[in-house]
Formats: sequence, C-alpha cells, structure tokens
Amino acid sequence: MQGKMIARAKELLQNGTVNRVIGWKAGDFAYDITPAVFSSAEELDAGFVYNDFCGANFSKYLVKESRKEGKILVFLKPCDTYSFNQLTKEHRIIRDNIYVVGVPCDGKTDGETLKLKGITGITGIKTEGDSFVVDTLYGEKTIAKADALPERCLSCKSKKHVAYDELLGEDGEVCESNRFDMVEKLEAMSSEERFAFWRGELSRCIRCNACRNVCPACTCERCVFDNDNSGIAQKAAADSFEENMFHIIRAFHVAGRCTDCGECSRVCPQNIPLHLLNRKFIKDINEFYGEFQAGEDTETRAPLNIFDTEDVEPSIVYEKGGN
Amino acid sequence: MFKLSLNNLNDLFKAAAEGSALYIPADDGAGQARFTRWCDGMEMSKALKTVKSAKEFFFPQTESLVDFKMKGKEIEIIDPRTETEDFVVFGVRACDARSFSILDKVFLADPVDTYYKSRREHGTIVTMACSRPEETCFCTAFGVDPTAPEGDAVCYMTEDELFIEAKTEKGTAFVEKVKAVLEDGDASAVEAQKAAVKDILPKLPLANLSTDAFGGDKLMELFDSPKWAELSASCLGCGTCTFVCPTCQCYDIRDFETGHGVKRFRCWDSCMFSDFTKMAHGNPRLTQLERFRQRFMHKLVYFPANNDGEFGCVGCGRCLSKCPISMNIVKVMKTLEGESK
Repeated sequence: MQGKMIARAKELLQNGTVNRVIGWKAGDFAYDITPAVFSSAEELDAGFVYNDFCGANFSKYLVKESRKEGKILVFLKPCDTYSFNQLTKEHRIIRDNIYVVGVPCDGKTDGETLKLKGITGITGIKTEGDSFVVDTLYGEKTIAKADALPERCLSCKSKKHVAYDELLGEDGEVCESNRFDMVEKLEAMSSEERFAFWRGELSRCIRCNACRNVCPACTCERCVFDNDNSGIAQKAAADSFEENMFHIIRAFHVAGRCTDCGECSRVCPQNIPLHLLNRKFIKDINEFYGEFQAGEDTETRAPLNIFDTEDVEPSIVYEKGGN
Repeated sequence: MFKLSLNNLNDLFKAAAEGSALYIPADDGAGQARFTRWCDGMEMSKALKTVKSAKEFFFPQTESLVDFKMKGKEIEIIDPRTETEDFVVFGVRACDARSFSILDKVFLADPVDTYYKSRREHGTIVTMACSRPEETCFCTAFGVDPTAPEGDAVCYMTEDELFIEAKTEKGTAFVEKVKAVLEDGDASAVEAQKAAVKDILPKLPLANLSTDAFGGDKLMELFDSPKWAELSASCLGCGTCTFVCPTCQCYDIRDFETGHGVKRFRCWDSCMFSDFTKMAHGNPRLTQLERFRQRFMHKLVYFPANNDGEFGCVGCGRCLSKCPISMNIVKVMKTLEGESK
C-alpha cells in the first residue's frame, strides 16, 4: 500500500491537483512516525511511510492546512474520515482545498503498546502475517497483532470510508463493534465503584493537554483553559478533583460531535482510557435519541442540536443514571 | 559493598521506610511505573523508567508559596510551609540522577530557591544502575554512564541479588540504617554486569548521537535555521514532553483567590503552551514554531551558554516515548546538526 500511495501522491503533485501532501514520516525507530507535509517526489521517497504504526489522524491538521494556499492531499484511514466529515459539517475545514485519498486500515499500534506487553529495546519490527516479529537488543520476540493493538482498534467501529475523493484498495464495511462493552461494565457498577474507577484512572492525569490538543472535536480558537480572562485558566489544580472535572467537562463539550476516533487515549502519556467517557455519551445518545454516529455524513443534524417532541424526557435520563 | 537477596527486598524497604518516607518505582493502574510511597508488600516495577521523572520530589508540579490573609486594611503574610520530612527516593536511574545537578544550577544559584533547597536537603537519592537499556536511551551522548549513576547510594541489580554502595554521607547513613538486612558482598557480580551493559551501549540505535553541533556558541546559526518550520509543523502544542522531562524547570506563579485571601502558588509551565510567559502584550512567542524552538534552544544552546557548556538534557528518552507525534530532541539534533558546521 505504501508504494501505491507514494506513486499516487507523486501523480497528484505532478498533474497539479495538489501542491503538497500530508502524510506519515519515518523516524529513527520502526514506530516513531511523525505527521509531516511533503512538497515533492524527492521528499516522499525520502520519508513517506504507511505501516502498522501510522495511527495519527490527520483530520484536525486540515483546519489550518486547508486555509493555506493551494490544495492539499490527505490520506485518511476509515475512522479518520468520520472526523473529517464532522469537521466539514462544522465548517472548520475548507473542503474544496483538500483532496482526500482513502486508504485501508487493519488497526494501528504504537511503540508504547508493545512496551506495555513487555517488549523493550526495540530495534526493528517486521510484519509477518498476523504477527509482529520484533527485533530487540535482547533477542527476537513475536507477538500476535491482535495482542498488540490498542483498544480503539480491537473495537473498530468501521472499515468504511465515509468521505473521499478516491480510494486506494478495497473499501470495508461498518463493523459489528463491541465498543460499548466496557461502558456497560461501568454502568453495571455501583456508583461508589464507578467513582473509585474513575478516580483511579483520572488521578494519573498530568494535565499536559495532549488529549485536548489532538482531539478533532476540540477546535476552539482559544480554549477557556488557555484563556487568562476566563477565570478558570489555572495551570494548577485547585483540589484533587479538578483534573477529574476537566476530563468530564471536556467529554460533555464534545458530546454529539465526538466520532470516537480514540486519539485522546492514544496520546495520553498516562494511558488513561479517556475514550470511555466519550463512549458513554455516544451510547446514551444512541439510547435516548436513536442511533447516531457523528461524522457519518455532513448533513444530518446532531441529536443534541435539535429539539422535537420525540425527545427523551429528563426524568428518564435521571432514572437511568440516578442509581 | 553490601548485598541482599532479591527475595528479601521487602525487608530492605521496610528498614528504609522506618522513620522516613520511602518512594520506589511501582506499577500504576495502567501498568506503567511511577514513584510511589512505599507501603508494606509493594513491589518494585520492572520498568526501566517511570513515566514522570524524579524531579517532582524537589520541584513538585504545584506548590503553595505564600498565603495572604486580608482583615479590613490589614494583610497578614503567611508562610504555608511545614517542616519537610526526610525522604528516600529509591531506584532513580543515572539519567534522572544527573538531572538533579542540572536543576541545582537553576534553583540553588543566587537567589537560592529555599523551597527546592529544603527538599534537596531532606532527600536521599538511592540510584539504580541500568541493566537493560532501551532503544530510546541516549544518556551517554550527554556524558552519563548508566552503569555508574550518581546519587547518595548506588544499587546494582543482578538476576537474584541487589548490591548497594554508599557514595555520600547521606548514603552512608542510609546503608547504616538498613544494614541489619544486608550482608557483605563482593564486587565481581557487579563488575560482570557493568561489562555486559557496556557491551550493549554501543549497539543502542542512538549510540552515535553527537552534541558537537550544539552549545552556547552556536546561537544564531541554530536560531535562524529554516528547518525549525518542518520540525515544528505538526507539534500539537501540548505539554507532554515538558512534563515528563527531568530537566524542564520552567514554572508559573499565580494567585488563587480564596474569597478572604490569596494563595500564591507555583506550578510547572511549558514553553509549548500559548499562555506561557505572558507579558503585558501577551506571549512573546506568537507561533508554535517559536515555542517549539525555545524548548530545544534552551536545552542545546541557552543552558550550556549559561552553565559552562553543560547541556540541559540527560538523554532519558522520555520525550521519544511519549510525544504524541513522535517529535523529539533526537530528531531535532539530527536535523539541525548540519546547520552550525
């Protein structure tokens, strides 16, 4: 696929369809891949890569990139296209300045996920069938891909591209995802257990803001938490609950717009399962207002943006969550 | 040199925790290591490094500096500090141990930061030599020897034994305190392990990273490099690199209004943030390029310019592991090394 992508990117640069390409750039190791803009065939040959470690979702970069001169080529994986649609719907990206090539995805992992499985000192990674064969300073290790994938890919919601100008490879289908399993487990807990669960997870937060900064649904020009005049722009927590509230409030803020791309959990240096907060909202929205997937298209109005007589009564919400 | 069987590690911790706080690297709920206050039975993490460095023992993420209480026209000024307790940080790696001397240059220089100094005085650092360096390690580029860490006492861990050697007065006091659980050890196992690790070091992928192109005298050619644009292009502007870094030392001081007074606190800050170093007109670094450049220029040029050539990086590799976009000081150095020659 990487070869096909480079060849197509060169053609589109050559024929003037686009003047640059946003893609993944190889690093020093097999897994440390950086989003980068390529402007020439030489740059593409030198560094463009597409492999099992290209997890970064480029949709948010297009907020800025689509405002620059000329058209940009972007490669989007199926789940990235949901973010792309959502940003198009919110008028945050200028669709006309973007050429989207959809590329297939079998799940993306990263170095940190491998390290958590006890594979350290990684000097090289080969993909062999359904396994990664990892060369390390301390010998060769083999791990099944399914064991090396992060949760967001193990519960992939869709292998179908919902936005593209052209596709490379076969398009997939929306998946039968088990993505609400953990949410159901949390719902089944007593409120004390659930509180303890989230206190445990969120207490690790170091407030680096990586989750917010990577989130395609967080595109405010200036976040209230960065704004001195907001009165809440503290860089330190006033008490031990403040970081907890930050994440809960952020999940509220993106509710109905979050496509469940999972970037928040991917970038968290403390491995906090932030996506579970978003999935809870998605599940609730599905139950209260009917099935809804943010970013599925660019027209449907979000359930939280409309009011009609069929809407759930607040008392029902209370009964459900008020145990 | 003393030793103890790893089976008896808990006894060592028990003895060390007697009358002072003991912190060891332990696995958290997500399976990553962090320094945690030891309690009976807590196991030491097998991870090479904690996610956050050990700097927060001396330079915590947030701390109260002074309280002001208002009564009518009177303002009472209160020092909120209580007596710092003695504490031991066990299992600090060579890279983090070196970072303390870098932080000392900032906080113990005139005017001395008494908050930091007090913690330094009350803390005993027990380091742990590395036995399994990782691909992200490049401490040797900054003159750190992972087989011979600095610290008040140094430990070496082999397959089944822990060796310990005091290096300073505090370290001697620590060893004395736990001596009941130790036995005499000879250095041959330690030497063998050091030799084995020294064989691995040149095989590390970043073993040949060079600092030659950097330093206090390379200011303008590096500052003006056009390459900062591509390096910073996809930076998210988050604070991950800063907050996991053992040497990043910038902080902000703010006032928190309590309704009947003010609590003045300081907290870690990041030059990557848009609201860093705000002046009357705002942040002097208007773009992420400038903020990104600041972080690396500080470590590779400004810090050595002001500290006899010492770089503000210890090569721990945390930013390599944790940056959401995998941009880091190694990529910056490799990209810029041609610029100042």
